[in-house]
Amino acid sequence: MSDQRNVSVRGLTRRFGTNTVLHGLDLELEPGSFTALLGRSGSGKTTLLRTLAGLDPAPAEAAIELPDRVAAVFQEPRLLPWKRIWANVALGLPGADAKARAERALGEVGLARHLEAWPTTLSGGEAQRAALARALVREPRLLLLDEPFAALDALTRIRMHALVLDLWRAHGPTTLIVTHDVDEAVLLADRVLVLDAGRIAADIAVDMPRPRSHGDARFVALRRRLLSELGLEAEVIREAA
Amino acid sequence: MSDTHAIGARRALAPARLREVVRPSNGAGFGLSRYKRFASSIVILLLWQGASMAGLIAPRTLAAPTTIVATAWELILSGELPHNLFVSLGRVAAGLLIGVSSGVTLALIAGLSKRGEEIVDAPMQMLRTLPFLALVPLFILWFGIGEAPKIALVSLGSAFPVYLTLFAGIRGTDPKLMEAGRVFGLDRAGLIRHVVLPGALPSGLVGLRYALGSALLSLVIAEQINATAGIGFLINDARDFLRTDVIVVGLVVYALLGLLADALVRTVERRALAWRPNLIKG
Ligand SMILES: Nc1ncnc2c1ncn2[C@@H]1O[C@H](COP(=O)(O)OP(=O)(O)OP(=O)(O)O)[C@@H](O)[C@H]1O
Ligand SMILES: [Mg+2]
Repeated sequence: MSDQRNVSVRGLTRRFGTNTVLHGLDLELEPGSFTALLGRSGSGKTTLLRTLAGLDPAPAEAAIELPDRVAAVFQEPRLLPWKRIWANVALGLPGADAKARAERALGEVGLARHLEAWPTTLSGGEAQRAALARALVREPRLLLLDEPFAALDALTRIRMHALVLDLWRAHGPTTLIVTHDVDEAVLLADRVLVLDAGRIAADIAVDMPRPRSHGDARFVALRRRLLSELGLEAEVIREAA
Repeated sequence: MSDTHAIGARRALAPARLREVVRPSNGAGFGLSRYKRFASSIVILLLWQGASMAGLIAPRTLAAPTTIVATAWELILSGELPHNLFVSLGRVAAGLLIGVSSGVTLALIAGLSKRGEEIVDAPMQMLRTLPFLALVPLFILWFGIGEAPKIALVSLGSAFPVYLTLFAGIRGTDPKLMEAGRVFGLDRAGLIRHVVLPGALPSGLVGLRYALGSALLSLVIAEQINATAGIGFLINDARDFLRTDVIVVGLVVYALLGLLADALVRTVERRALAWRPNLIKG
């Protein structure tokens, strides 16, 4: 609540050799909004997220404004195998109550029974929930999720969707989720962005009450529109649907 | 009982019978196979004893097993073996302390900074190609024939394995875990403490195991240098008096030291690497 600054990016360009991945990209995110970022493989979604997470140095010519507290969940859980789950969540937390906070966060993601477990003993879904707890325990104002559910089975993914929405409602971070899955984007986000040729090529508001259903006519229309934004031909979409 | 089963199975290879045979050899058969492993050693010992008693092996070639056991007991009671063992252990301990700590220090310097690598790694990699035992003549010139060259040799022998494995372990840190650490606010010191060093520990401990083996080998060589005490002295002294029984006792002590060193590292590993999947207790 202390820091309700917008996320604002102006003129972000990233090159790898001759390959210009981001080309003068502009991006604004409302405080507390839930945004999904779609884009073809190799379009630069991860590159954008890494810049926002501070993992890559921001180029000098870009103007980037971020809240202080940024947290990220990657496609893999990236838990330190030599620390018990609670210690992974408490990693880098200041203060004497770090363990208590970690335990509370793990309780929120339903891992209260696994506080003392070693990461290698968790299932993929459990490990990813622990990674989510590790991000949330910092009360981030910006939460970055890079395909966090891509490696999970369909059932687990559905549970994770509900969990992420619950956590987002409870904590209210500005959330940006990268996904390949158009359904996931429409199911979760208030706003869907499509990254193409180094810029935000489409910016579509999802104006549907939650919980959303795949059968909803608006859902189907939005899905079709997004697929065509991603460059899929109409007949392919019809076949897939 | 399992034995007759096994023979029966070999005679009649009917599948039904085989199944019946396999079960006992998995369960109770474990003890038997263990016993079998020692059986051949016992037979060799008995043959050795028999040959010695029959005069086929002269005592100056190799003493009889019973003589060796009796001698060992005498050496223990007279305090000669404990005293010399104590001296040898002191050399190993001093050498390991110096060797392991300098190996760790150099690995940290080279592993954690680019400049450190430039300064430390090239000479270390060059020195590594030198069989360090070949340095004995130089060491004698430098350090004389007292304790110093012996401890120096043990130090050198143990420093390299620790350096090489720990350096490789530090450099092998998973960059993805480093990124996770950075995102969650760890500074450089925090990354080293929480990510780099714990990740490098398994290979560092492999290095420690090599170091202990290498230290023991160095000890054996070092104690050939004009020692006036120690297991090596005991052996050399016995050689002058053709006491093969004492020599074998010394060799057995060296072997036991090797076993002990291995058990020590295993214990450390079990404690320090409890998070590893194969060490997690069900
Ligand atoms: N460190 C790097 N060095 C060189 N090229 C890179 C580097 N990181 C990314 N790239 C290139 O930048 C482009 C965008 O990569 P990025 O990982 O951002 O794509 P993405 O949209 O996340 O793709 P995916 O959906 O497959 O994850 C790719 O062509 C990739 O090869
Ligand atoms: Mg990506």
